[in-house]
Amino acid sequence: MGQTKTSTPKVGAVLVVGGGIGGVQSALDLADSGYKVYLVDRAPAIGGIMAMLDKTFPTNDCSMCILSPKLVAAGRHKDIELMTLTEVLGVEGEPGAFKVRLKRHARSVDLSKCTGCGDCLTKCPVRDLPNEFEGGLSNRRAIYRLYAQAVPNAPTIDRAHCLKFQKDKCGACQKACKAGAIDYTQQDEEIVIDVGSVVVTAGSKVAPTSLRPEYGHGRYPNVVSSLEFERILSASGPYSGHVQRPSDGKAPKKVAWLQCVGSRDDSVERGYCSAMCCMYAVKEAVITREHSSEVEPTVFYMDMRSYGKDFDKYVDRAEQQYGVRLVRARVPEIREDPDTHNLTLRYASDAGSFTEEFDMVVLSCGFVPPPELVDLGKRLDFELNRYGFAATDAWAPTQTSRAGVSVAGSFSQPMAIPETVTGASGAAAAAEEILAAERGSMVKESSVPTENDVRGEAPRIGVFVCHCGINIGGVVRVPEVVEFARTLPHVVYAEENLYSCSGDTQDKIKDRIREHRLNRVVVASCSPRTHEPLFQSTVAEAGLNPHLFAMANIRDQCSWVHMKEPDKATAKAKDLVKMAAARALRLKALPKVKLPVTKAGLVVGGGIAGMTAALALAGEGFDAFLVERDKELGGNARDIPKTVEGDDVRKRLKDLADKVSAHPRIRTFFNTRIKAIDGFVGNYQTTLQSEGGGERKEESLKHGVVVVATGAQYRTPTEYGYGQSPSIVTQKELEEMLEEIKRPRDRAKPGQALDPLIPRSLDPSSVGSVVMIQCVGSRDEERPYCSRICCTEAVKNALAIKELNPDADVYVLYRDIRTYGMREEYYRQARQKGVVFIRYSPQTRPDVRIVDGKPVVAVNDPILGRAIELQPDILALSSGIVPQSGSEELAQMLKVPLNSDGFFLEAHMKLRPVDFATEGVFMAGLCHFPKFIDEATAQAQAAASRAATVLSRDTLEAEATVANVDPTRCSACHMCEGLCAYHAIEVKTINERTGKQAAVVNEALCKGCGACAANCRSLAIDICGFQAENIGREIAALLD
Amino acid sequence: MANYEPKIVGFLCNWCTYAGADLAGTSRMQYPPNMRPIRVMCSGAVDSVYILRALLEGADGVFMGGCHPGDCHYVSGNYKARRRMVLFNSVMNSLGLDTERVWLRWISAAEGRKFADTVTEMTEHLRKKGPSAFKDKWEV
Repeated sequence: MGQTKTSTPKVGAVLVVGGGIGGVQSALDLADSGYKVYLVDRAPAIGGIMAMLDKTFPTNDCSMCILSPKLVAAGRHKDIELMTLTEVLGVEGEPGAFKVRLKRHARSVDLSKCTGCGDCLTKCPVRDLPNEFEGGLSNRRAIYRLYAQAVPNAPTIDRAHCLKFQKDKCGACQKACKAGAIDYTQQDEEIVIDVGSVVVTAGSKVAPTSLRPEYGHGRYPNVVSSLEFERILSASGPYSGHVQRPSDGKAPKKVAWLQCVGSRDDSVERGYCSAMCCMYAVKEAVITREHSSEVEPTVFYMDMRSYGKDFDKYVDRAEQQYGVRLVRARVPEIREDPDTHNLTLRYASDAGSFTEEFDMVVLSCGFVPPPELVDLGKRLDFELNRYGFAATDAWAPTQTSRAGVSVAGSFSQPMAIPETVTGASGAAAAAEEILAAERGSMVKESSVPTENDVRGEAPRIGVFVCHCGINIGGVVRVPEVVEFARTLPHVVYAEENLYSCSGDTQDKIKDRIREHRLNRVVVASCSPRTHEPLFQSTVAEAGLNPHLFAMANIRDQCSWVHMKEPDKATAKAKDLVKMAAARALRLKALPKVKLPVTKAGLVVGGGIAGMTAALALAGEGFDAFLVERDKELGGNARDIPKTVEGDDVRKRLKDLADKVSAHPRIRTFFNTRIKAIDGFVGNYQTTLQSEGGGERKEESLKHGVVVVATGAQYRTPTEYGYGQSPSIVTQKELEEMLEEIKRPRDRAKPGQALDPLIPRSLDPSSVGSVVMIQCVGSRDEERPYCSRICCTEAVKNALAIKELNPDADVYVLYRDIRTYGMREEYYRQARQKGVVFIRYSPQTRPDVRIVDGKPVVAVNDPILGRAIELQPDILALSSGIVPQSGSEELAQMLKVPLNSDGFFLEAHMKLRPVDFATEGVFMAGLCHFPKFIDEATAQAQAAASRAATVLSRDTLEAEATVANVDPTRCSACHMCEGLCAYHAIEVKTINERTGKQAAVVNEALCKGCGACAANCRSLAIDICGFQAENIGREIAALLD
Repeated sequence: MANYEPKIVGFLCNWCTYAGADLAGTSRMQYPPNMRPIRVMCSGAVDSVYILRALLEGADGVFMGGCHPGDCHYVSGNYKARRRMVLFNSVMNSLGLDTERVWLRWISAAEGRKFADTVTEMTEHLRKKGPSAFKDKWEV
């Protein structure tokens, strides 16, 4: 794709439209891969909806805490130009060379001068404007900052309400600004930029509550939208994290969530499912309980759509551990008691009809493309679907109808953060494919200041203790920890921060380093696993070697796990700070090690994900090795005739395989397994073992990255009499039968025998009845996860049967129908065509007997309220997806983890859904979790984009945490050589004249594990950054 | 003795147990605040000297957490830790010292619950045992 015939020179820059988490991810991937990025957002700051969220499911990570480092990284990336308050007017030209017209609205604050101090904010006399970011639950002034950690951090003047602009008086903010940054003369301006490609990550909006006026949002103060409730929960929100009722500020006891507001509702032209509301509602209920154990949360839902990785476990925990009540009912109406502002809900569930009073109601609003986005789509000139989302194809989920313009995130359909991040990386890969030759043509040289040499200086330690909103500060008494830190030896400065990771605090830390001539920095906040790189680059920007930094994890391993013991948690936090300061004392500056990069990727697995990843890598201009253990490409998809949307999978698969075999940069290996993988990011060496013609061959490859795309497998059911009757089949087998029945009609040889498996009764003219059982071997104790695709598969087959014979009786026995997103449409069609859906619960599983070789299914019908018996011609079992065979072996070879269900475990559920924690290794497709073709394709493209951030570089800076030998102590005993798993240490003659021998470390191979150091008899080896002396000091500091 | 709270030093490997401990945090699994974690890159890097030092400085227990056998990020560091542990225990035994105060456990990045449970269990165990006499006995 993307090869244009135009002779116009291509531009190595990309426009990213929308600065939510999707846009930020696209921008970072592109900028890290050698492209100039213009990141445009209409708002005064980037961050999008994720910046408004309190916590994220299923890890309950604080949203701002995980988002903020990305915003900061985007804000300070040398190759990302943030263009806030900016709108796209139009895009002209061809892929590779677009001219984009932009309108930049005046901020009235000069970004180059503003320090973000906030002095102006307190002086503005207009103080009663509704704060849109806080859902109108608090007020803002006419000069305001979108949110506390906003990037950029400069405020904006709302000219429509500013007295200076409206009445030409006041000017208070200008007087207050010591930096002289307020500029009333700024004008809106139109500018034109040249880019080679466009990525649209404009997001969507929360569905307006006016879609359901009967719920009284806007009339009843204690009915709030889900996004407003996120702000209520947030420590930086309108109520500082105290859950209270808007009407009277009292803490609510009974809180109800009503699902599907503006979703799954044809009456308001919103037929689709918004895909994430079930999970966010359960999360909000859990977090509300965490705020106060007095609260009784109830979620009213239709189907619990917890179809993602670890989602079902989360919902189970919500019910069992947090006492969240889940009620399957749609509430038709809310009534308010005008005196108390309490809310009365009337509803009917399986247990009968009820009337119940609540203190507060949260409306779980779906997602819609608002009119301004529909306009944007028109301005960018690509097709939208009937709801106004960008129209895409399952096989190119990031491609809009306009070449050179890709899309990701909830502007293409409602999706949660991980899918958005994945798609955003995928869209970046699509942009890179157009501009492979232009990589690096418009980037700036790096500008990290030269390092100050702090050797010989007395230690001057600065300690920064984070409140993390209320995540730490709500348990640990942070001011007390700061006071304590000030008493520690060599600590010359200590302060507290609301969010240490936010952009403004990063700048503050840099200022403090300079002001107080700090030469060691300690941050007490969250986990070094997630945030150490951010703080290290901050200290580097202030001229300190990044290794003169230590972290104390007082959140993940303190405040969050000792929530009920503030005294002890505070004492522990003090100890952890003391230990970090003791370690910091003797930290040494470590030099950087540069390593070459082999610009090729190894893709393991030749299914849809593997092929797509290989093609994307090749398209980006890198060599790809595609390894398949089978004799042909295609993977599981070979067994799928059609998607629910009607795509001919086999044809598409063939096209994809043809493209792979035709691509000069892809080398495909069939009948091949991986025997060994050695090396590290940028420099892998893999031994392949292939079999063919009775021969075994071995071949060694060099590559810089690995993409794991090994897929998963259908589980063969052991339940419900499978194997005991030809009438009991899996959904997959049923689909094949249906195809087979359809086939003879267009086949030239009518006499050809049908598959003997197919019962005569499935002759299309006489299909009697089919029963389907969902969740066979899924969502049970052994496999406590949802296989995600089976509901849609059942609906697809049910529709196919109805098409063959509209009179056929089709019964689907289900627990929750999880046709999320646009797939809801097919569920609706199935119901319309008379497919009967009967719900069962784990306690009322259907019972299958075999009578005269045919299945008899007994199930309790909750609507009839009694057991019914069905005697279908066919019983189809929706058996789930299980991890691929050989996953464990591969995981061990790559040293990457599997989760407890046996799927590969990503580095972070929300924000690194494609990466492993190990650098240079990525994943795509069903090896990560069951998913649909569009999702697997997006993830495969994303893996290629993430890979490009490594492969686009000529050298990588290696970890500085490597072993270091003191030759004066080394006795050349050779002990370390045998211990090293990487052959990275060797005894050599280091002085020819004296013949002195000592161990020498190969820094390219050394991983810094410390096996040699821990066993050195002469105490001659240390691991840089983990010196024995420092650990000894930590122990001593703790126990003195 | 009534208010005795054991002091535990924990050496947690960066890739598995430290990550498991973080997961316990993100999952809000509560456990007693008696352990002070020290992050190390690998359980194989925990020199016996560190353990002895902690005991000599007055720790009531020392915990070491590594990846499950076969899962070590550094191929075999956890096996080295296990071997060293056997050796360490035999030295402790031969000196007539209590080996139940030093624990080595395999806890993966996905086992937040196991981490929380193990810390709880070890804390309870040490509460029952009472304070360590190691420091007083061996102070030079």
